[in-house]
Amino acid sequence: MTATVENNTPKAVETARSAGRFLFIAAVVLICAWVLVPIYLLMVNTLSSPQEVTGFPKTGIPSFDFSSIQFFISFAGVAKALWNSVLVAVLTMILSIGIGAPAGYALSRFDFPGKEAFRMLVVMTRAFPLPLLALPLAVLFIRSGLDDTAIGLAIVHTVLAIPFAVLITFSLFSGIPLELEEAAWTLGCNRWQAFQKVVLPLVLPGIAASAVFAFTISWNEVFAAAVLTIENRTLPAFLVQNLNVSPLHLKFAGGAAMVIPALIFIFAVRKYLFAMWGIANR
Amino acid sequence: MTPKALPYLLLLPATVFLLVFFVYPFIQIALLAVTGPEGFTLQHVQTMASHWKFNTALGWTILLAAVVVPIQLVMALSMASIVTRLQTGRSAILYIFSIPLGLSDLAAGIVWLAIFEQSGFLNSMLYGLGVVEQPILFLGYQNIWVIFLAVVLAEIWRATAIVMVILVSGMGLIPKEYYEAGEVFGASAWQRFIKITLPMLRPSLQSALILRTLAAFEVFAVVTALGGTTLPVLMGETFQWQFTLQDRNVASAYALVILAISIAATLFFLRVLRVPKGATL
Repeated sequence: MTATVENNTPKAVETARSAGRFLFIAAVVLICAWVLVPIYLLMVNTLSSPQEVTGFPKTGIPSFDFSSIQFFISFAGVAKALWNSVLVAVLTMILSIGIGAPAGYALSRFDFPGKEAFRMLVVMTRAFPLPLLALPLAVLFIRSGLDDTAIGLAIVHTVLAIPFAVLITFSLFSGIPLELEEAAWTLGCNRWQAFQKVVLPLVLPGIAASAVFAFTISWNEVFAAAVLTIENRTLPAFLVQNLNVSPLHLKFAGGAAMVIPALIFIFAVRKYLFAMWGIANR
Repeated sequence: MTPKALPYLLLLPATVFLLVFFVYPFIQIALLAVTGPEGFTLQHVQTMASHWKFNTALGWTILLAAVVVPIQLVMALSMASIVTRLQTGRSAILYIFSIPLGLSDLAAGIVWLAIFEQSGFLNSMLYGLGVVEQPILFLGYQNIWVIFLAVVLAEIWRATAIVMVILVSGMGLIPKEYYEAGEVFGASAWQRFIKITLPMLRPSLQSALILRTLAAFEVFAVVTALGGTTLPVLMGETFQWQFTLQDRNVASAYALVILAISIAATLFFLRVLRVPKGATL
């Protein structure tokens, strides 16, 4: 990614006459380095042997030794934690879109008494430290047999993801003119058919992006996962529970296992990031 | 099915879900914190407040937010201004700037651990430059301010992106005509930023600051990864009471404290950055 910046530099320098232009480019390069170098260093540690990870001084160049990664993958509990993470994140994705998208559609298409109250409820969720929900829900889940299950944790993660799912789908549906739906109605479609044949294909990429966003929220969540799971730990819960007993190379490989999917997710939804947050301001 | 019922039907799942798993649990937290076997009691709150770690945890949490959030605000404003002025490579640079958005606080803690640990890259660099003769134990209990600094850096590194994204989308909503008018009247770039961008950006600033400050009060995994329990924070103490000490009443009392400072911060930003009615875009 830095390569893009460097490729642009010569052309930009040609046109740059002022020191201001130079400072501007320097700032861009500097911020890119600020973001990328720490990730690079984590990858160097991940791609080094356990001896190199604890060795000193470090060169900052990876030796492409995969024994740290092998150690991580074969470490007791890691494979299961990875599987649990994926499972919880997929459930969160399904729940938050399944529950959030109809609400987003209703908010964008109808005016009805109580609309403002619902909006307040959604906005309110953002003014509360949501991971704390895990404390009382731990009691509720033990009573209802949901403790230490993927679905129990997915429910908490859905509370975290639902405000975003509602706001994003609201903005997506608002972007589709009502006239399109009305045209389908006059051509003999009922409401559901019109939605399915006209609106759905148009919003599907955006829905997919907000699903990925819900996945990321669940994938990254630490506190509720650590409180609510014991046997069925997700990867972040597993790592945070074992932080003070695990060797350095396990921590770094675990960190990389969390970072790499995140890089891909953000790349996948990059077009929608601003649509999501633009709406959040209203 | 009458058309009038349709919107309510569509909202029903979300409303029920939020009432059961959001509103009810928060009432439950409050009840857990102030009730014992014999009904209402302040005993849990007293246990929490008289524990020696409570004041330090509260202090560090607030100090952390007070240091991190303003720096992030300035950085995010600069990054957003840079992005809006970019002509070439905008999407690539925007992607790089927003990468940390997808990273968890635990991952950020581990990333900065690679830099700050005793055999880490900072020590390697200092050694290579001849500044130190042997690696320093940066993250030991005797260096609590270094741990604090590492947490501050990790938090700024990870969570500035979210503020930037909110501000970039906010800047996109400011009509170009305002800037053109400003230029016609001879306003410098800096004056345009102070007199047009900042006031027009108020709703976005409000959202971003509320979101960020609340997340800063919830700091947990990053601190655990970098300093274990050496640097106590509220969320870490909540976790300790819930898990190690198995006392969910005191844990709930801690949760109430986090809730209280979060609500205080939200009201503060709503008031300070309030948007006059009819002035929204």
